[in-house]
Amino acid sequence: MTTGVAVEIENLGVSIDGASLLRNVNITVNAGEWLCIIGPNGAGKSTMLRAVAGLTPFTGSVAVGGRSLDDVPARTRAQTVAFVPQNQVVPPGIRAVDYVLLGRNPWIAPLGKESRADMAVVHKVLDQLDVGRLASRELDTLSGGERQRIIIARALAQEAPVLLLDEPTTALDIGHQQDLLNLLDELRSDHQLTLISTMHDLSLAGQYADRLALLSCGELMATGTATEVLTENRINAHYRASVRILTQADGTILVIPARAPAAP
Amino acid sequence: MSTAAPPARLRPVWLAGAVLAALITTTVALTIGPASIGAGAALTEVADRLLPGTFDSGLTDVQKSVVWNLRFPRVVLGLLVGGSLAVSGAAYQGVFRNPLADPYLLGIAAGAGFGATLVFVSGTGDGVGAFDLTRVAAFLGALAAVGLTWAVGAVGGRKSGRRLRTPNSVTLILAGVAVASFFTALQTYVQQLDDDTISRVYLWILGSLTTRGWDEALTLLPVALACAVVLTATARLMDVLAVGDDEATSLGLKVTQTRLLLIVVASLATAAAVAVSGLIAFVGLIVPHTIRMIFGASNRVVVPLSFFLGGIYLTACDVLARTLMSPAELPIGVVTAFFGAPFFILIMRSSSMSRALS
Repeated sequence: MTTGVAVEIENLGVSIDGASLLRNVNITVNAGEWLCIIGPNGAGKSTMLRAVAGLTPFTGSVAVGGRSLDDVPARTRAQTVAFVPQNQVVPPGIRAVDYVLLGRNPWIAPLGKESRADMAVVHKVLDQLDVGRLASRELDTLSGGERQRIIIARALAQEAPVLLLDEPTTALDIGHQQDLLNLLDELRSDHQLTLISTMHDLSLAGQYADRLALLSCGELMATGTATEVLTENRINAHYRASVRILTQADGTILVIPARAPAAP
Repeated sequence: MSTAAPPARLRPVWLAGAVLAALITTTVALTIGPASIGAGAALTEVADRLLPGTFDSGLTDVQKSVVWNLRFPRVVLGLLVGGSLAVSGAAYQGVFRNPLADPYLLGIAAGAGFGATLVFVSGTGDGVGAFDLTRVAAFLGALAAVGLTWAVGAVGGRKSGRRLRTPNSVTLILAGVAVASFFTALQTYVQQLDDDTISRVYLWILGSLTTRGWDEALTLLPVALACAVVLTATARLMDVLAVGDDEATSLGLKVTQTRLLLIVVASLATAAAVAVSGLIAFVGLIVPHTIRMIFGASNRVVVPLSFFLGGIYLTACDVLARTLMSPAELPIGVVTAFFGAPFFILIMRSSSMSRALS
């Protein structure tokens, strides 16, 4: 069982080949909180996750549980932050159990082999995600939903207190989207995970995340609850989209695309 | 409940089977040749030389010399060269996540061919003997080509923070193609300068396990074994690399350093093998893929088994090369390609390969 830790991001900036992709982002994600980064295409959402994961050079600082991740060894970072990219590379022919075992890499010496404790973690997360029966199956024979669970299982096998998910519901139908998001919410509670994700579906983002962070053109425009961040004017300004915001009886909100009236 | 499926690993029974197959192949190879020598007598003679104690094979001195100084060194060389090429192929395919990668991918063949051609044309080596200048030049040419490929690939790679630019899989493979073309052009130009050596150059390029005693095998032995051990010990890291650079990094792997280590070791094994045997195609391609189809995709299984089965395959091909047109001997590269090419087409038609290429 991991214990939730806070993620503090200060003056985060990313420039690649002279192009500024992210500028002066300051945000703190509380221990056990789910922060969802939203924003139009090219806003810098994935770049921000990649910076936190240590996959792209950045300026500023990222600290987890009060410890800066700027210059820690790769293994230490991987023990602290697990990352599920939007488009995963699934090696052909790999079995689910071997794929999830890759998540134990940060805990295994480079020239060592997995211990019984490592395998116990692998089978625990497989069972927890209800995919233990798939352990011997090759990933490329699984359905999209099953495969996504195995991929999440690999991240959980890292036993990192912070989980980063880049568009985790991409390529899933609406049922599997809800299924996965419910699962993530359960895991967050069970493992005391601090979750940072990106999502395009604003309604789902608002329903599942504790807070939203709106990025646009590489800058942080707003943070807060769904009610605070998801306003028609703000979405219109940053997404250039015409939407209606509906508030349901339980307080959750729905963002509905609404076709703008044709110009006379 | 999880079925508690074990992770992929080399099972002792598979290893025992590979060792047994190597022994059978060795036995057959020891009995094939102009001089008729039985399997029992040949094995007894080898045991007499290798094991403590005395074993009487009943062979004449000439037959003993044939077994110990001609056939057995050739078998050992075949096992080592085949094992080195196959284990390097498995490593390249793992490092580059490319099922078509083989030991010659980074320009090794072209570099070695250029080095050997230079010596042939200058008339300073005959390609025989472990430390013949041809082999030294081939070895250096192979390493030079790999180094140049890395340097060129790094130009197109990404720069990460304060670190130097490093090549990624795509830029490295493209650089390998460019460097190989460059060295091939150089080699062709040099060989055209001297018509008398063209046939010798082509014979070398087709490969051979011809030996003069134990020099070649003993020269290759420590390099081949050391590289095989290192690649087997790092096979788990190849599995981590298989998920791509970004994900491997997020799993705590030092991707650049790991890739560099694996490429250096695999290239060293290939260059050492090429230097004593010439260019022998397809072993590094078909052996690892055959193992993947039978034993699964994990490099923890593919890499160590490749060393054994690569050696067995090449030794078997050498038996065919020696017998198909006896007493003449076919270049072994012809035999490996003759069987390897159709087999490779078969693999390409398999669904797993189609998935990997899609």
